Amino acid sequence: MSEILLQIDGKEVRAKEGMTVLEAARSAGITIPTLCHHEKLEPFGGCRLCIVEVEVRGWTNLVVSCVYPVANHLIVRTRSEKVDRIRKMILELLMAHAPDAFELLELAKEYGADRNRFEKEASFCIHCGLCVRYCAEVKKKNAVGFVDRGIRKEISFIPEIASRECWNCKECFPLCPTEALQAAFVLTKALYSPPPSSQSASGE
Amino acid sequence: MLRINSPAELEKFRKGILSKRDPNKPCITLCSGSACHASGSGDVAASLEAEIEKQGLSAEVDIRRTGCHGFCERGPIIVIHPEEICYFQIEPKDVPDIISQTIKEKKVIERLLYTDPDTREKIIHESEIPFYKNQKRLVFGSNGSIDPKSIDDYLAIGGYSALAKALSEMSADQVLGEVKKSNLRGRGGGGFPAGRKWEGSRNAPEPVKYVIVNADEGDPGAYMDRALLEGNPHAILEGLTIGAYAIGSHEGYIYVRQEYPLAVENVNIAIRQAEAYGFLGKNILGSGFDFKVIVHQGAGAFVCGESTALMTALEGRAGEPRPKYVRSNIVGLWGRPSVLNNVETWANVPLIINKGADWFTQFGTEGSKGTKIFSLVGKITNTGLVEVPMGTPLKDIIYKIGGGIPGGKRFKAVQTGGPSGGCIPEDLLDLEVGFDELTQAGSMMGSGGMIVMDEETCMVDVSRYFIDFLTDESCGKCVPCREGLRQMLKILTRITEGKGKEGDIELLEEISETAKDAALCALGKSAPNPFLSTLRYFRDEYEAHIREKRCPALSCKELIAYHIDPARCQACMICLKKCPAEAIVGGKNRIHVVDQKKCTKCGTCFEACPPRFAAVKKISGEPVPSPIPEAERTIIRKSKEK
Amino acid sequence: MDNGRIDQIIDKHHGEASSLIQVLLEIQSENHWLPKEALEKVSEKLHVPLTRIQHIATFYKAFSLVPKGRHEIHICVGTACHVRGATRVLDTVQDLTGIRPGETDLDLKFSLETVNCLGCCALGPVMEVDGKTHGKMAPVKTADVLKNYE
Repeated sequence: MSEILLQIDGKEVRAKEGMTVLEAARSAGITIPTLCHHEKLEPFGGCRLCIVEVEVRGWTNLVVSCVYPVANHLIVRTRSEKVDRIRKMILELLMAHAPDAFELLELAKEYGADRNRFEKEASFCIHCGLCVRYCAEVKKKNAVGFVDRGIRKEISFIPEIASRECWNCKECFPLCPTEALQAAFVLTKALYSPPPSSQSASGE
Repeated sequence: MLRINSPAELEKFRKGILSKRDPNKPCITLCSGSACHASGSGDVAASLEAEIEKQGLSAEVDIRRTGCHGFCERGPIIVIHPEEICYFQIEPKDVPDIISQTIKEKKVIERLLYTDPDTREKIIHESEIPFYKNQKRLVFGSNGSIDPKSIDDYLAIGGYSALAKALSEMSADQVLGEVKKSNLRGRGGGGFPAGRKWEGSRNAPEPVKYVIVNADEGDPGAYMDRALLEGNPHAILEGLTIGAYAIGSHEGYIYVRQEYPLAVENVNIAIRQAEAYGFLGKNILGSGFDFKVIVHQGAGAFVCGESTALMTALEGRAGEPRPKYVRSNIVGLWGRPSVLNNVETWANVPLIINKGADWFTQFGTEGSKGTKIFSLVGKITNTGLVEVPMGTPLKDIIYKIGGGIPGGKRFKAVQTGGPSGGCIPEDLLDLEVGFDELTQAGSMMGSGGMIVMDEETCMVDVSRYFIDFLTDESCGKCVPCREGLRQMLKILTRITEGKGKEGDIELLEEISETAKDAALCALGKSAPNPFLSTLRYFRDEYEAHIREKRCPALSCKELIAYHIDPARCQACMICLKKCPAEAIVGGKNRIHVVDQKKCTKCGTCFEACPPRFAAVKKISGEPVPSPIPEAERTIIRKSKEK
Repeated sequence: MDNGRIDQIIDKHHGEASSLIQVLLEIQSENHWLPKEALEKVSEKLHVPLTRIQHIATFYKAFSLVPKGRHEIHICVGTACHVRGATRVLDTVQDLTGIRPGETDLDLKFSLETVNCLGCCALGPVMEVDGKTHGKMAPVKTADVLKNYE
């Protein structure tokens, strides 16, 4: 694979063809914040937090670094007024769902995001997709998936698969930035196998 | 079934068809597009057949059920050839007269003709009616002449001659060159030069390539692709095959919304007929070129109109768009080069090949060549589909063709480009329609939807409506779109309910910036457009809602009240009886009063009150006057007798 | 819906995973909804994880995971109909039927859905019941239309 030479935050970085800007930055010790990225998983491009400015042939664009391929003579800026403004807004939008999530609070400090900017939403889930993708790509069990679309999108466990696989696994739990996953799992587990003593009509 | 194996055989076959058709034989064409069908053209068709049979004229009169003619406001429409007599709003009860008087006695039935609203004259011929006269129906015009279920009809008007020409007289490069020269820009929304897109695919090293028809027309209010696909499916097939030849693809897909069952049916019939005749399949017209087409139905998702989402749906997945850092004409369907174009774009291709790029470029402006079909809907007199050359001023489309605003109301704005577009106000009506002109004005061409709005349309509600639409249709993958629109909807809804506060506009602008810059796909990036354009031209409406809790258009339910002016009410009881919520108190000779607690703001009383009284008023931004005391509500009428 | 029929539909599409949506559309069209057993069968035969099928069945509006009523009411809320007052028509129908878009009433009589543009903008506001189009609707006309349905 041929070598690519690009510039990130003024620093010369050597990368290989096929790498993403995020990978190149990390290899050079430059931090770009992410939420939905994981080394073991295919890049998702959902949180948009890793957004950076790239300049190619005089044109400046905003792109998400976890997906954007490196190219020769690319000039990358991982921080700028615009980039910071966008990251701040993304954090504020997410904190409407998970105002106390550790990762979000840390990033909020860095970007001056206000956790109370927006009215609180009922669901914790920030749709990073880490649980869904981990179960599909690494464990290959597909116990949890997305349902619906738009503002109604949620994660959902398939009770039959979850009851078989999840108890002894739970590897997705520590991945979840907002602990929503655990809530969903516990709920599904309770629905699927109600305690034998009660005759409640929950579940199928 | 005969198979046509060369261009020469095609011409011979075409001559054969034409020789059996007498141009002077009476032919009744009945528009059977979806809208006319909904207006009852099916019953009219049945009546026509029955009446013709009854009068023993089956051998002397042809009936042709065609696709959409475009003048949807006046459907069902009949055009009688060869005289070109045009009748509107036909019902089964008109049929006996049509047969006896117009067909047999060659007499025109005045009451069924179009009346010019200015001159009050009756117009007989279709081409003289202002609605049609001011259009340039290069692509859409054929709809009126052919039965979409008959490939012979298409051949009779010259169909598939472009394909024959391309395959036998031109190389793939030459076809590509002609399309590039024509400067044909995508008619689906992006306006990307088709030739350039095709070239990218053609030059990509991967040998397996695809061509795709995007018939997932999702913009609400836009239905021209439907009319084209229902009314002239072979034109799209021909264009698609020519495109496949140009880029070297042997497999094509047509992605049609499942909400268009007639289009799905007609395109499937067309494909079977084309295969039978040899215009699809192996060794087309003896050229050695193979091509097949597969139809896929959509399943109800607006986002699947976005090209990468459409390709993902074709692969059998949820239609989530992909990042476009590597363009889909290089890495598209199944990772292979794929040319995706809109229905109307493909329909232009046979014309360009037949008549040449030089002919095509005489229409339109420098940046936007050719014509565009618009769906002119909303608060407009002549609702329908219109095709005009690019560069036509908006005001000509709205007034000369559209007939202006009905009900004596004032024009306020025209919304173009669907949920990705914006509103153009009155003082910009001289704008000449074109891709770049509309974008500069803060809107965009989009697929060609033109929703006309009048003084009673609230522009804050319009932007709330589009954001609401997109919160449902967004795929939900990326934060700026999913979460940004979620919050924008909440804020805009509060504003329309009178709960807006200072700072709301600025917050909406901030979220808009994030969506425009950071969203994954064009849906998210263009989602703020309706808000931003209405804010640009109608900021005063936003401020009135927020600061005065007033809706200037008297539209937002929470901010208006219906009030009966006691000085004008004549206690006629019409509104009282019609009110679905039984919210009007009164009686004979007792002035009516609206019980504000029961009123659901449906507006029935407002519309029901006779214009000579005009007693029901809509008010906003001010408190409702207290009802006059019961004692004062009796109307004392002067007795008519002495 | 019997398993044999589902097998037939899948075989018609050559058991290809990419025709997943077309297969589900056919099952939906014949059965009027997608029972869980049907989804499990499709998952098994097409070798597609159930999570993907679940995502598709909820992502696309054409599919329903619950039985629909005998009569399907579609109210067009496209821009042209909206501008002509479709919201008021929708509100009145909601009051008359007691259900909101996406719901079916308890007697399984009516299912209500909003649709974005039926392509009959000249007739707006438009209400479609069991595929029959009722144009130029107004709140006061809806009761008359709906009372004809049992």
